[in-house]
Amino acid sequence: MTEQQAPILDLASVSAAYGPVRALEEVSLEVRTGEIVCLLGSNAAGKSTTLRTILGMTRAHAGEIVFDGERIERLSTQEIVSRGLTMVPENRRLFGKMTVRENLAIGANLRKDKAAIQADVDRVFGLFPRLKERISQKAGTLSGGEQQMLAIGRALTASPKVLLMDEPSMGLAPILVEQVFDTIKEINAQGVTILLVEQNAHVALSIADRGYVLQTGRIVLADTAKALLEHPNLSDAYLGELE
Amino acid sequence: MTAPATSSRRLRFERLPLRRIILISLSIAIVYGVVAGSAATLRMGTFTAADWRSLVINGIARGSVYALIAIGYTLVYGILFMINFAHGEVFMSGAYTAFFVAVAFGRSGYLNAHPLVSIGAILIVSMVTSTLVAVILERVAYRPLRGAPRLVPLITAIGASFFLQYTFRGLYGAQARAYPTINVLQGTWTIFGVEILRTQVIVVVAAILLWIALFTFVAKTRTGRSMRAVGEDREIAALMGINVDRTIVATFAIGGALAGAAGILYVFLFNQVIFTMGFFPGIKAFTAAVLGGIGSVTGAAMGGLLLGVLEAVGPNLFLTGVGVPSPNQLQPVVAFGILVLVLIFLPGGFLGAPEEKRA
Repeated sequence: MTEQQAPILDLASVSAAYGPVRALEEVSLEVRTGEIVCLLGSNAAGKSTTLRTILGMTRAHAGEIVFDGERIERLSTQEIVSRGLTMVPENRRLFGKMTVRENLAIGANLRKDKAAIQADVDRVFGLFPRLKERISQKAGTLSGGEQQMLAIGRALTASPKVLLMDEPSMGLAPILVEQVFDTIKEINAQGVTILLVEQNAHVALSIADRGYVLQTGRIVLADTAKALLEHPNLSDAYLGELE
Repeated sequence: MTAPATSSRRLRFERLPLRRIILISLSIAIVYGVVAGSAATLRMGTFTAADWRSLVINGIARGSVYALIAIGYTLVYGILFMINFAHGEVFMSGAYTAFFVAVAFGRSGYLNAHPLVSIGAILIVSMVTSTLVAVILERVAYRPLRGAPRLVPLITAIGASFFLQYTFRGLYGAQARAYPTINVLQGTWTIFGVEILRTQVIVVVAAILLWIALFTFVAKTRTGRSMRAVGEDREIAALMGINVDRTIVATFAIGGALAGAAGILYVFLFNQVIFTMGFFPGIKAFTAAVLGGIGSVTGAAMGGLLLGVLEAVGPNLFLTGVGVPSPNQLQPVVAFGILVLVLIFLPGGFLGAPEEKRA
């Protein structure tokens, strides 16, 4: 968290649109190595679009995205992922007809070193022993919580430098939500930088270093997590709803 | 009292709409026709048990060819959700091109001096040609239209189909050309006391081997896994670092290679090539794919065999008894009758998803 260090992920005035609908307007944010940064905002504020734009799944029509010292906003998703970025997508989006084992293996699709992949798979099983029990089961037959574990595990076997997470707590029972956030902290402690999108602002800020608040495609607030938590009317003014 | 009576009558009426009544009447009529026709045929005793057996074997042999072509439809559908209606011409291109190799081998006498090498070479030429045609088709005719409304690539496919047919006609003429005879393939083998044409045995065995190879490929290899991933969720497949375009090309290539192999097996059974030869096998293989559940590789194999057998046995069994003079002329009626019935009663096929989820 040293301020002098160059950010590993840096968005400068990024704009994106879905057809005529503007989704992001000059979004600038940065994530430094080792941080957990959370991106907050109400529905349709542009949180998911920000993550999708970073990964080239939605095209930025203006602005710069720099990852690890390299411009990536014109690269294909596949090329961006190969540089060490990946995402736990919204709604998990596992390969439901494939087994747990195959889902984890496909996360490591771009890697060659079998021993290192196995080490990461073991690390995932360390985080989520439940997945090991279900290794030969089809992903589509897992419970919601197990699917979220697998979605996180699949992203981890890619061994990313920066992991983007899109609403990992969505649709989970409160006890599982807590577990997921504990896991995120643990993954971060193991050296993965995290950019987290959440509706659940207070829980997200409680594990994050810094936070940004998006409103209708613009960054309206950026501060340390602590300051944002103490912000007098964060929920009322910016998030639209209290959780 | 009157109010509930009215509403229950209305309910009952809603439960049995006109469409339902028509469908039920239709199925009763078909079942009656099939049962009555079959009974009449069997009572006449025109066919011996051996005749039926050879019809079934004939059906299995041609069904194996349909199955191999059907895999091409089903693989492409499973990944792109489009029907490659030019796939029949992919099949034709391979068999037709390999014809010239076969003729050259036949003239020089090499064909019967070294039949295995020759057949191998012919097979490879056919598979390579069909693979290339399928890959070029994807690149030129389909890839630019990805993301277009689904009707658009369908129309292009039909256009591409005619383009290929008339290219071959223009280059090589409209007449049918007889493949040179390969002596080792003539005659019969006796298997479990039943005499079977050698060509039929070879076709069935080759089709089974190819199907196993394909199934293993899709289940076990990296490319196979990528194909399944792209079929399930293209965007997330890209997020996993899968090269989606290359995976789609691989799918077309594999479907093409199998169609090329099917082309040679087809020639073993029917001994000739003509520029229109892809049309009927293509549409029948499509029927087989729909019958088995489009998108399913196992379904394509089952659908192919079932269609082949029904087509070979059906006309004789159902129609001879009711006095239809030459029932074998009506094989396409059976094949496409099945297509229509499957689409009406079982649109997902035997093994397919009940309803496709995405566009």
